[in-house]
Amino acid sequence: MLDRLQSQAPRIVWTAERDTMIADAIAEQEKARRFRDAALPYLDDVFALTRYLMRNPADAEDAVQECYLRALRHFDSYRGPTMKPWLLAILRNVCNAEFARRGKQDPADDADNETASEQPPLWQEPLASPEAALLRRQDDDTIRRLVAALPQPFREAIVLREVNELSYQEIAEVAGVPVGTVMSRLARARSMLRSAWNSGEGSIPGAVS
Amino acid sequence: MNCTECEVLLHALIDGELDAGHARDVEAHVASCAGCAEKLKAFRAMHDAMAKADLKEKAPAHLRSRIEAMLPVPPAQAVAEIIKPRQFLQPSRRSFFGGFAVGTALSAAVAATLVFTVFGSDREQTVADEVVSAHIRSLQPGHLMDVETSDQHTVKPWFDGKVDVAPPVIDLTAEGFTLLGGRLDYIDDEPVASVVYKRRKHVINLFVAQRLGSSHANVTDRTVQGYNVRHWSAGGLDFWAISDLDPAELDEFVQKISAAFRGNPS
Repeated sequence: MLDRLQSQAPRIVWTAERDTMIADAIAEQEKARRFRDAALPYLDDVFALTRYLMRNPADAEDAVQECYLRALRHFDSYRGPTMKPWLLAILRNVCNAEFARRGKQDPADDADNETASEQPPLWQEPLASPEAALLRRQDDDTIRRLVAALPQPFREAIVLREVNELSYQEIAEVAGVPVGTVMSRLARARSMLRSAWNSGEGSIPGAVS
Repeated sequence: MNCTECEVLLHALIDGELDAGHARDVEAHVASCAGCAEKLKAFRAMHDAMAKADLKEKAPAHLRSRIEAMLPVPPAQAVAEIIKPRQFLQPSRRSFFGGFAVGTALSAAVAATLVFTVFGSDREQTVADEVVSAHIRSLQPGHLMDVETSDQHTVKPWFDGKVDVAPPVIDLTAEGFTLLGGRLDYIDDEPVASVVYKRRKHVINLFVAQRLGSSHANVTDRTVQGYNVRHWSAGGLDFWAISDLDPAELDEFVQKISAAFRGNPS
């Protein structure tokens, strides 16, 4: 019966090849699902760091997408320990590669930064005496702008710490520098930030090296 | 410790990265140095202000969709794409009508068998993996419960009309497993009920559906990605319990649920 059916049947080629294709498709999907579960929860973290590294929103989105593509490609070799620093390290490489491609070392050189001096001051009231307040009150937007105005690699260090909430060890791994360097960068970043914070100019005195 | 050292280390103190010995050194220096004390206070205030500020721009929805779209398509669709195009084409000309009908039936049968062997053999594992993913998803902030109450008589009716089974909602608070609530989840593209329990800090998801993996009267256990998973069938329902709880305690949970369910399967 089966023989007869098979002789009448159209040429169906159930080859090992097709078997493999199906198995591969399933394995690929399985991997994608594991990747999705592991990596997608950090999308906001990755995007936030990108926005501080790349100034242009469209560039930032491209970089985030490239980061996830690379992460998926290398997911087989991912052995932990934690997903967030791993993704952020990939993102950092993507951004640096993009700056290198454009022939710029420092994203702070971006065009929109050149017009910064033409912007109106962020606020007008006279500076309170330093003794009266150790720290001015600043709104969220201003703090973001102050952080964004920091030069690399201090901006990166402070964002990884205060925005992405990485440990010193994780920051060291992402930036590829010793923990001691992370500590001195953070100290310098906070000093610059504090001056700008209290100066009321929205710029970073002494930031230009 | 001098001021130069202190100026670097006080940040590590603020960030909670100093060991006890160094932390004492910094605090001792700060206690005797007004300059460093003022810096510590100011930097701490700045750190607190930054922690409170919303400095983290959220990824826009279209970017999230773009990234989800670049991940491979779901398995059923992927397999269909491989099978379909060539499968039902080109019936033999010699016996076009008969051949086509029989051939189609046969190819469908072969396809079904193949898909069954590919999926069937590993079906249990696939469902187990999805159970783990669903569990991990449920642990993301705000995802654990749709209905949040320790009252079993609130949880049970909540599932009415949402899933095609009436999952047993058993209060085990007295036994040390607190009922947290219920959630509608999707496993294997089917809506399933999840009854959520907690022991100490460990969340237990109990997934209940009419058919979820292959039927087992006995409890099967496995460990996936470090989570302990238990699967059993009873009263026409499939149960999957998953938690990071230690195996013995999860077994105890399974035993309690089974016993209560046998006693009162409604």
